[in-house]
Amino acid sequence: MTLSNEELLEMYRLLLFARRNDEKICEIYASRGLPELHHSSLGEEAIAVGTTFKLRQDDYVLPSLRARGMFYTKGVSANLMMAGMFGKKTGPAGGKATSHHMGDLKLGVLPGTGLIGSSIPIATGAALGIKQMGKDSVVITTFGDGASSRGDFHESLNLASVWKLPIVFVCENNAYAIGTCQQKQMAIQNVADRAPGYGIPGVIVDGNDIIAVFEATQRAVARARAGEGPTLLECKTKRWRGHSENDKDLYRCAQETAAMRSDCPVKRFEAYLLEKGVLSEKMVSIMEMQVQKIIDESVKFAEESPFPAPEEALGDVFSL
Amino acid sequence: MREITYREALREALREEMNRDSRVFLLGEDIACYGGAFKVTQGLFEEFGEDRVKDTPLSESVIAGASVGAAMVGVRPVAEIMFADFLPLVMDHIANSAAKMCYMSAGEISVPMVVRAAQGAGTSSGAHHCQSVEGWLMNIPGIKLVLPSTPYDAKGLLKSAIRDNNPVVFLEHKLLYATKGPVPEEEYLVPLGKADIKRQGSDITIIATSQMVLKAQRAAEELAKDGISAEVVDPRTLLPLDKDTILRSVRKTKRVLIVHEACLTGGAGAEIAAVIALEAFDYLDAPVTRIGAPDIPVPFSPTMEKFFIQGEEQIIKSAKALLA
Repeated sequence: MTLSNEELLEMYRLLLFARRNDEKICEIYASRGLPELHHSSLGEEAIAVGTTFKLRQDDYVLPSLRARGMFYTKGVSANLMMAGMFGKKTGPAGGKATSHHMGDLKLGVLPGTGLIGSSIPIATGAALGIKQMGKDSVVITTFGDGASSRGDFHESLNLASVWKLPIVFVCENNAYAIGTCQQKQMAIQNVADRAPGYGIPGVIVDGNDIIAVFEATQRAVARARAGEGPTLLECKTKRWRGHSENDKDLYRCAQETAAMRSDCPVKRFEAYLLEKGVLSEKMVSIMEMQVQKIIDESVKFAEESPFPAPEEALGDVFSL
Repeated sequence: MREITYREALREALREEMNRDSRVFLLGEDIACYGGAFKVTQGLFEEFGEDRVKDTPLSESVIAGASVGAAMVGVRPVAEIMFADFLPLVMDHIANSAAKMCYMSAGEISVPMVVRAAQGAGTSSGAHHCQSVEGWLMNIPGIKLVLPSTPYDAKGLLKSAIRDNNPVVFLEHKLLYATKGPVPEEEYLVPLGKADIKRQGSDITIIATSQMVLKAQRAAEELAKDGISAEVVDPRTLLPLDKDTILRSVRKTKRVLIVHEACLTGGAGAEIAAVIALEAFDYLDAPVTRIGAPDIPVPFSPTMEKFFIQGEEQIIKSAKALLA
């Protein structure tokens, strides 16, 4: 699918927003702390934005804990998510859950759980539900290299492949599960090497090339929408910070972390668009200001919002 | 009134709900042509086809996890887990996924799913095919937990469970599948969260679940010969528990015996006993007493399995001791 200039600019804006928003949260977390433990997606933003861009509203995403860009690309409000990190009543679910597990079915965002890998069967089930209803929506779910060692990963890919469910399984392979490098997690070179075990395509892309991510996803989405079943799409990337902001990242040396920052998905896309003449330096400056304004307003909104009352904890256990 | 088996009653419930609501579908291992390990779903595949009665691979976790996802987007899965002993395999998706979605979305996202499983001993099937597991589940906020004891209750409760917009764990008992009982032809529902007085009495309350309800009723008949009038209360639903019916009975009789097939320690009886001890304290003339299996895995050999399963003998003995 070729993207128009407007679409390319929109994609860049979302990527830039994901970057600056994450930087802001890291800054706040370091200076005064936040109730929600931040799991930074710095370095990996192209995957979240590139996979979600141009999905239909009735397509679903189920983001991993590190794919924050998926929420924004789907239209979730920056204010809502920031208020969520602050634990405020104006956050998702009135503070009952962290922002990175939020769901909004109208926007096509499915909630996950706090167990890494447990979201994969849930996403698979959403695809099953779609098929049961005779709809042609698709589900995209992201997870890391770590999650691919879960039994739930195996069971889900197996079920989705034999039932030809409309789902794209996206592995954000940053080669670390908290502090455990890939070589210690699996005997194979690529998570996508598992795909033949399920009779589905295993595709590997440079996760820091947002166009490559987008195009590979669109191919997998078309396959799923046509009823041909799932794809395992592995996006190779690097995690710039620790697993969470509590992780001092002492298991990686300074050389390794410095080297990874030289391959920046935002800078690469910016360079590409500047070269194509879609972006200009002036437009970049304007976008930076626009994005910063939204972020600053969301922080103000979060700061000024109230905390939920303690007794509000008692409600919403059951649906009517 | 016609009499049908517990198994047939469950099948009717599934058939009626699938006819009523096209969003309801079944998934599980060997439930289609094979008709299910306990033949509950027999005939439904032929009637509804492979889109509504789906055989899964041997993958309990994704059976439950996918049910959560499917329920969230708008269909109503009824998953069969072959043996309740396998529920630990789906515990994550029951306790962490299904049970918490409504809360974690402040009521925006519901998970209308049912997980059915067969539990109980008496078939010499050994430690991993005979357990009673309601105690494992009772401590999970966000699920409903149902244990029917009769064909009438089984059909009415399963229909209600399928219509409920929350995750329901529905525990059937293997030895009850062939039991017969009156079941109306006309449609009816049994509400979740409502206990049933299976036998009126005045001297002692016997609270029993699942297969133990039948044993309690037989024990009550024996006790009546000795002039003891036992009231048998079947909670039917453990989550939410009908405390009102239970407490009303205990306040009337002043003595209570709680009977379940599951092991004693930490069983559902412990929760019921604590509620009674607190809320009916001033009415009690005897200590709140429980009967449960010894705290052992279910032994295989028939003679030892018989030792494991408590019955009329133990109920009668305990009841008399409480009235002595």
